[in-house]
Amino acid sequence: MLHTAIDNDERAVASSPIMELRGIKMHYPVAKPMPFAPKKVVKALDGVDLKVLGSQTLGIIGESGCGKSTLARVLSGLEKPTEGKVLFDGVDINELRGAERAAMRRNIQLIFQDPYASLDPRMTVEQILSEPFEIHPDLVPKGGRKAKIAELMELVGLNPDHLGRYPHNFSGGQQQRIGIARGIALNPKVLICDEAVSALDVSVRAQVVNLLQDLQRELGLSFVFIAHDLQIVRHISDAVATMYLGRVVEQGSYAQVYDHSSHPYTQALLSAAPELRQGSNTARELIMLQGDPPSPIDPPAGCRFHTRCPIAQPSCSASEPDLEETAQGHQVRCFFPGPLAGRLN
Amino acid sequence: MSTTITTISTSDGADAVDRAPSPMRGAHRRWWLRPRFAISGTIVLLMILMAAFPQIFTGFGPGPTENCDILLTNQPPSAAHIFGIDIQGCDYYTNIIYGARASILVGIVVSAIAFGIAAVVGAIAGYFGGWIDALISRICDMAFGLPFILAAIVVLQLFGQRNIWTVIFALALFSWPGGVRFMRSSVLEVRNREYVQAAKLLGASNGRIIKKHIVPNAITPLLVLQTLGVGGMISAEAGLTFIGIGLTPPAVSWGLQLAAARDYIDAAPHLLIFPAIFLTVTVLGFVLFGEALRDEFDPKGK
Repeated sequence: MLHTAIDNDERAVASSPIMELRGIKMHYPVAKPMPFAPKKVVKALDGVDLKVLGSQTLGIIGESGCGKSTLARVLSGLEKPTEGKVLFDGVDINELRGAERAAMRRNIQLIFQDPYASLDPRMTVEQILSEPFEIHPDLVPKGGRKAKIAELMELVGLNPDHLGRYPHNFSGGQQQRIGIARGIALNPKVLICDEAVSALDVSVRAQVVNLLQDLQRELGLSFVFIAHDLQIVRHISDAVATMYLGRVVEQGSYAQVYDHSSHPYTQALLSAAPELRQGSNTARELIMLQGDPPSPIDPPAGCRFHTRCPIAQPSCSASEPDLEETAQGHQVRCFFPGPLAGRLN
Repeated sequence: MSTTITTISTSDGADAVDRAPSPMRGAHRRWWLRPRFAISGTIVLLMILMAAFPQIFTGFGPGPTENCDILLTNQPPSAAHIFGIDIQGCDYYTNIIYGARASILVGIVVSAIAFGIAAVVGAIAGYFGGWIDALISRICDMAFGLPFILAAIVVLQLFGQRNIWTVIFALALFSWPGGVRFMRSSVLEVRNREYVQAAKLLGASNGRIIKKHIVPNAITPLLVLQTLGVGGMISAEAGLTFIGIGLTPPAVSWGLQLAAARDYIDAAPHLLIFPAIFLTVTVLGFVLFGEALRDEFDPKGK
């Protein structure tokens, strides 16, 4: 699958958003050290707007603790955001109740980071893969389920003869294939992969990524691909969003974000990945960020990145920049967007 | 961008792990042959057999009340009556064998009831949390505050005529709070596992998640706890009966035999010794069995 920028742009215009996040805030209360202490919250997500386009892959990158996994939980409906809307096909999924909610849930599935932990150790693979059809009995008639499960196994490249085995009889890569088979069993529209390949060996990782891409082509799935492996995100994504401290700081097509990144944080992040530096169109210097990201309990005033930004100006701590379009479909949250090269002090 | 198009391959070891799935993961083979398991298991099995089919052990002779000769009383052990003869002139060996039923039945049924209540109530408290959990936990705390034996005595006092089932009722009434707490905490551990979240995403109802995922994965510690509890319930029954508040004649139980023997300690010590031995061995057997089970299921204990 050869990606080109033009190719991506055409597809981006062609498809409309299937999922949309509007002004999502996810605040978790912090336990008070003593009674009557001021109430504090962790702002895991603090105003996130994102669009997932049909049959496309949205990659999410960012440091640990920037809110990537919280985003996956909010997107999948496992957690209700403190504020904001999670729209699927224009409907807020958190407003639905009962049967409507169950029906909607089918459309959004999550692939977990730890493949073993995501499979019930006391169930055989057959039981694990039957569960979706037992919950939604109208989907596949009872007599056809066995065949459907065998078909799922083959689809993800596993031997249907192994259906009677338990998850611990399989390797990590195989376990993740079982998780993927369960995820696609109900023909979802959106598959969220929260670090879905991070726990796997490098060689197995590539195979699982290829499997996901094949499935996307065959089933027309949309992916939200969350990973800290920048290369794999680049490989699989049509659009990419960079997150920092609970906010999206840059988003655009993968070519815009990777090859023409404008936010200093994205550039620093990419420069830290050695494989991406060599052979890339824009020669990048290694930009070292100082220290850890600030606490999401008390995010810095003004631009959240100003405490670590190599090109920060005094005005950056005064007010926060908006996410503004610098090119068609390319949005950056920075007062001074553009390549860092030559601007470092 | 690389142009890797790989066919869906199974080369990440799809056929590699060729172990037969074993129902008990990580357990060594033939774990049931280990001494502690084998010995305690044999005792438990023997006692259950004794409770269910006492005839096997008494050589299909007459039952406890039919082989008495009032002319013979208080005989020490002899060749014909290996445990001697009691006050009523009955064969003491037969009586003790038939006495197993009351003790074992009380122990197992009370533990089973406590297990059932704890499994359901503990799972609900742990899974739903919030006010449901708070309510259940406070009720447990209150029940915990009552001294177990004292509470059982009070309840048993209400019954004029007491049989095995009244004793079971009184003990079961106060035996569950510990199990509920135990189950609750192991459910708390399981309920946030990723496979539970995956089931939620598939649209599973709470009832289905509790039944299919939470309980099977959280029940083992409770099962072990309640097995350990069988011994405690057996001695509680014997204790209550001994102080005259449990079973009453014509029931046959070790507790009753101990109570009857109390007055003849000098004249007929064997009347005290034999039921005491049976009681002790049975309680020990169940406790050891529970501990062996716990070690088997808990990899950290090894």
